[in-house]
Amino acid sequence: MKNLIVAPAPHAHSGDSVRKNMLLVILALLPAYVVSVIEFGWGALITAAISICACVLTEWCISRFVLKEQKMTIGDLSAVLTGLLLAFNLPSNLDWWIVIIGAIVAIGVGKMTFGGLGQNPFNPALVGRVFLLISFPAQMTTWPTPQGFGGSYVDAETGATPLYYLKHIVKAGDASVIDQLPSLMDSFLGVMGGSLGEVSALALIIGGLILICCRVITWHIPVAIIATVACFAACTGLAGALPEGLTTGEYVAYELLSGGLMLGAFFMATDYVTSPMSAWGKIIFGIGIGFIVMVIRTWGNYPEGMSFAILIMNACVPLLNKIRPQRFGEPKKA
Amino acid sequence: MSNAMKTLTNGILKENPTFALVLGMCPTLATTTSAVNGMSMGLATLFVLVCSNVVISMLKNLIPDKVRIPAFIVVIATFVTMVQLVMQAYLPAIYDVLGLFIPLIVVNCIVLGRAEAFAAKNTVGLSALDGLGMGLGFTLSLTVLGVIREFLGAGTVFGLQIYSSQFAALIFVLAPGAFICLAYLMAIVNKLQKK
Repeated sequence: MKNLIVAPAPHAHSGDSVRKNMLLVILALLPAYVVSVIEFGWGALITAAISICACVLTEWCISRFVLKEQKMTIGDLSAVLTGLLLAFNLPSNLDWWIVIIGAIVAIGVGKMTFGGLGQNPFNPALVGRVFLLISFPAQMTTWPTPQGFGGSYVDAETGATPLYYLKHIVKAGDASVIDQLPSLMDSFLGVMGGSLGEVSALALIIGGLILICCRVITWHIPVAIIATVACFAACTGLAGALPEGLTTGEYVAYELLSGGLMLGAFFMATDYVTSPMSAWGKIIFGIGIGFIVMVIRTWGNYPEGMSFAILIMNACVPLLNKIRPQRFGEPKKA
Repeated sequence: MSNAMKTLTNGILKENPTFALVLGMCPTLATTTSAVNGMSMGLATLFVLVCSNVVISMLKNLIPDKVRIPAFIVVIATFVTMVQLVMQAYLPAIYDVLGLFIPLIVVNCIVLGRAEAFAAKNTVGLSALDGLGMGLGFTLSLTVLGVIREFLGAGTVFGLQIYSSQFAALIFVLAPGAFICLAYLMAIVNKLQKK
């Protein structure tokens, strides 16, 4: 803070805007999207297109007909990003009407009800996803296995995700399904079943690093989440909860590479509106998410808990925002 | 007469227990999984409200001020027990669904609140009307909430299939759906009343 020079106007504008930031996030999501198009073919294209269109249309309709606003907010691309993130969190062969319901809930309930961008306490895309997960549990938990453009959109072959097997292994101590796990390399590259955009850890990490380098997000939240999950998984392994045939190192790697962890850590938890402002607040926020995810993955009913964990910690953000930097000229607290 | 009318309609619109006073949220959220459940919960509360209001306003000069709450609770609990036993005997299906929430009417804020705020200060006739108005307001809001949740969550209204249940969003029958529906209903009612 010592280097801060406060000068009188005129000030040069850095050119930063909501639109620019949203565009950067969308660009950073593209590597993961390319992977999912290669993996899931038409399903990835159709689901994302429906989701984005429905989100933008819902926001337009609400601001035009319900709020009767003069200025439309769809130009800031936040609805497009919400739509893309929602699609990333859905199985690629989901029925089209379920995607539309999810988009309406994400924008209508998750965002516009609270007053639009900047006012929403919860990540809109996750509100949509969790709404669908609870409403349509069967459709939301059957993921197509990757087969590229060769597979048809509707009748894709479905399979369980690695997290389902992991939970089975750890909770029931059953070593027989270890063979069913994809190889670690496949998990890293994304050749496995799962929601549309969550499969490729590599592509998501690349996207996340782009965001950190462009200073769209800071490192605190992703690092805190990933470190907490790794520590928790290592403790589980060292405590002897794993059956023969799965080492602690492998277990940690699978926990990190499976499910929505990377997607959530880099793209969902770091949403400006719903994450804390201070560095320490962000770290506590990340630790909380990592811990809740592992609690749900280990003992909960659902195989994956990333979306629940982020939503729960979203609710804590107003509290975490009480951690503030010292005000200039304010005496130090004793 | 206008005073009596006012007392009666007060609970239905202006001071609706659910949407304006925001009392008795526990049964409101928990028992409105379907229209029938919501309505029967409302009617059970309506009966208790009217009876306890009448009895308490009759006894208001006999009850010492310091022990009025325990005395009110005894009166209310008497009527709740009656409702519970009658429902258990004649409406076992609904009794099984509502379960614990029937005995919990004893601690429902609306019942004790009206006893304290109205019945303890007013005549028997007005207290009866107040209980009736409040009870009708509560029944009405629980039924509306139940209809909406049942329609969205199961595709039925009062058990009548409107559209295929495979298109229905299960969340509305579960707890989160109760909060979402109640919040939107409350917002809409408040918006309409402001006009």
